[in-house]
This record gives sequence, structure tokens and C-alpha cells, in this order.
Amino acid sequence: MRLTPSNSAYLSGIIGGLPFLLVLLPFGLLFGVLGTEAGLPVSQVMGFSFLVIAGSAQFTALQLMTENAPVLVVLASALAVNLRMAMYSASITPHLGAAPLWQRAMLSYMLVDQTYAMAMQTYEAQPERSLRWKVAYFFGLATPICPLWYGATYAGAVLGATIPPEFALDFAVPITFLALVAPALRTLAHIAAAMTSVVMAVVLNWIPYNLWLILAGIAAMMVGAEVERRMTRARDKLS
Amino acid sequence: MSGYSESTVWLIIAALGCGTYLVRLSFLGILGNRDLPEWVLRHLRYTPVAILPALITPLVLWPQATGGTLDAPRLSAALVALGVGIWRKNAIAAVFAGMATLYAVGYFLG
Repeated sequence: MRLTPSNSAYLSGIIGGLPFLLVLLPFGLLFGVLGTEAGLPVSQVMGFSFLVIAGSAQFTALQLMTENAPVLVVLASALAVNLRMAMYSASITPHLGAAPLWQRAMLSYMLVDQTYAMAMQTYEAQPERSLRWKVAYFFGLATPICPLWYGATYAGAVLGATIPPEFALDFAVPITFLALVAPALRTLAHIAAAMTSVVMAVVLNWIPYNLWLILAGIAAMMVGAEVERRMTRARDKLS
Repeated sequence: MSGYSESTVWLIIAALGCGTYLVRLSFLGILGNRDLPEWVLRHLRYTPVAILPALITPLVLWPQATGGTLDAPRLSAALVALGVGIWRKNAIAAVFAGMATLYAVGYFLG
């Protein structure tokens, strides 16, 4: 069989997406386990992974729901965690923006951390690729990644019911978040934002309905942005 | 999660799903090829590191499972997960190190 250009793009996408299975499998399993431990039926655990398809936001919503936070606080916090995807959407548009609307509607659903990171890396390394190639490559990336997220969640949800409480899984959520945040502490601005977030969480903790979380998040975001602005200015002065 | 009815949970799932989809669709599907102002980009870069640490802090300092008092297995597990995550830049390694610490310290302290 001879491969057409878009077939081979699709295939290299699949190959590029495969290594992420190692990351997604444990987190998907964990979400399934913790979702059922928190008392959600399998259908709702799966609803999260199908409709939201964003690990950090799903864990955020789950944690706040176990604290019985108001619905609006659950939504605002989990959506705030996902706001970074507006940045993904903007920065990938120069590569995929000329595709037909129905394709862009599908690509948007599949725009998760892993597909975004891999696609941008490839598009920037190979700028001569055609639009069709880039679209096919993106579909290729999503082909192993998205179904694995559903499958791992389902396996975790079925398994979750059989895990005894001695395993202290209540603490798997904070451990997961720490594991996700720690590698992101790359710059002084990221560290400053994270420290502000921790301090504000303690200082503002008296504010009811988990609203402290939103306020701490806004303050930390502003500190991160401001530190970045000053660092950039200091660097520009030096050069 | 006794505080929500089944339909409320579905409402949360659907609203979060729609909201997240619209964020992803924002530029690719609707706004098209235009630049975000630099100050907006600068704030968006910090959304995960701004929200997640605040969410974690009370869970580590005042865990519900211990009735809200600081305990050694959970605190050391959190510090190990953070340290391994920064050192190895690897989330999976950090989860395993953190959970292993939680079980080990919990076991030795009885």
C-alpha cells in the first residue's frame, strides 16, 4: 500500500502521541478511582472524562465537590485551571486556522495539554508542512490520547469500588496536584505565583464558600505576571 | 458528596464541559488568527500555578481524614512529591514517590 501524504501525517501523529500513554494511563485510572470513591456513579465519572477531557480541571472539580463547595465556585475554579487553553487555542491558530469549520470544531475538542505540546513542537520544527498535513497529524496525535483517557478512567472507576479505605487515597489528590505543579515551577515568576497562591490560601481561608480559592488564584496570577514583566524589563536593560 | 443531587452533578459536568470546550474553541473556531494582548497572555501563563497550590495548601495543612490536624505521613508525602517533581520534572515519578512516602511513614508511625 502506498501512503498518501495525509495518511503518513496521520501515522506520524499516532506515533508521536503514543509516549503520552505512560502519563495518561495512571492519571486517568486515578481520576476513575477517586471519582467512584467520592461517591459518583460510573456514568458521571465517565461524563467528566468525555465532556471535560482535562485532567487538572476534573481533579479540581472533584475535590471541591467532596468539600460541598457551591456549584458556581466549583465551575469557576475548574474553568480557571483551564483558561490556559485559550492560550493554546490562540497559538495554534496560525497553523490550523485555515481548516474548514467542522474540522476546527473537532480539533478544538481534542486540544489537550499533550496534543497541543506535541503539535506545536512538530509544526515549529517543520514549518513547510501543508495545512492538510498539519490537520492529519493532529488527528493522529489525538487517536491514541483521547480514547486512552476514557479507557483509563473507566478502568479506574470499575476498580475504585474494590479498593479498601486503608490506602489513604484521600491524599492522592493533593499528591497529584503537587506532581503536576512541581515540574511547572521553571522560572522565578512561576515560583512567585505558586508561593503567593499558598500564602493567600492560608490568609484568606476564613472566607466562606471556597471563595478564598478564586481570590488566591487571582492574586497569584497577578503576582506571576508582574514578576515576569519586571524580569523581562531587567533583562532588556542588561542586553 | 452528599450536598448535590444527581442532576446537579450532571449540571456541573455539562457546564464545565461546555465552558472548557468554548475556551478551546475560542481562537481556533471563533476569534481566528489574531494576537492576544501581551498582558493577557502574561496572566494566562500563570493560571495553573496560581490555582492549584491554593487548592492543595489546606489539604496538606488540615487534612479532613485526620479531623483537620497536621500529620507527619501526609506532610512528608507532600514535601517528597514536591521535591521529586521539581528535581525530576516528572509528574508520574512525583506521584509514586509521594504515595510511597505516605505509606512508609504511616507504617513506621503505626
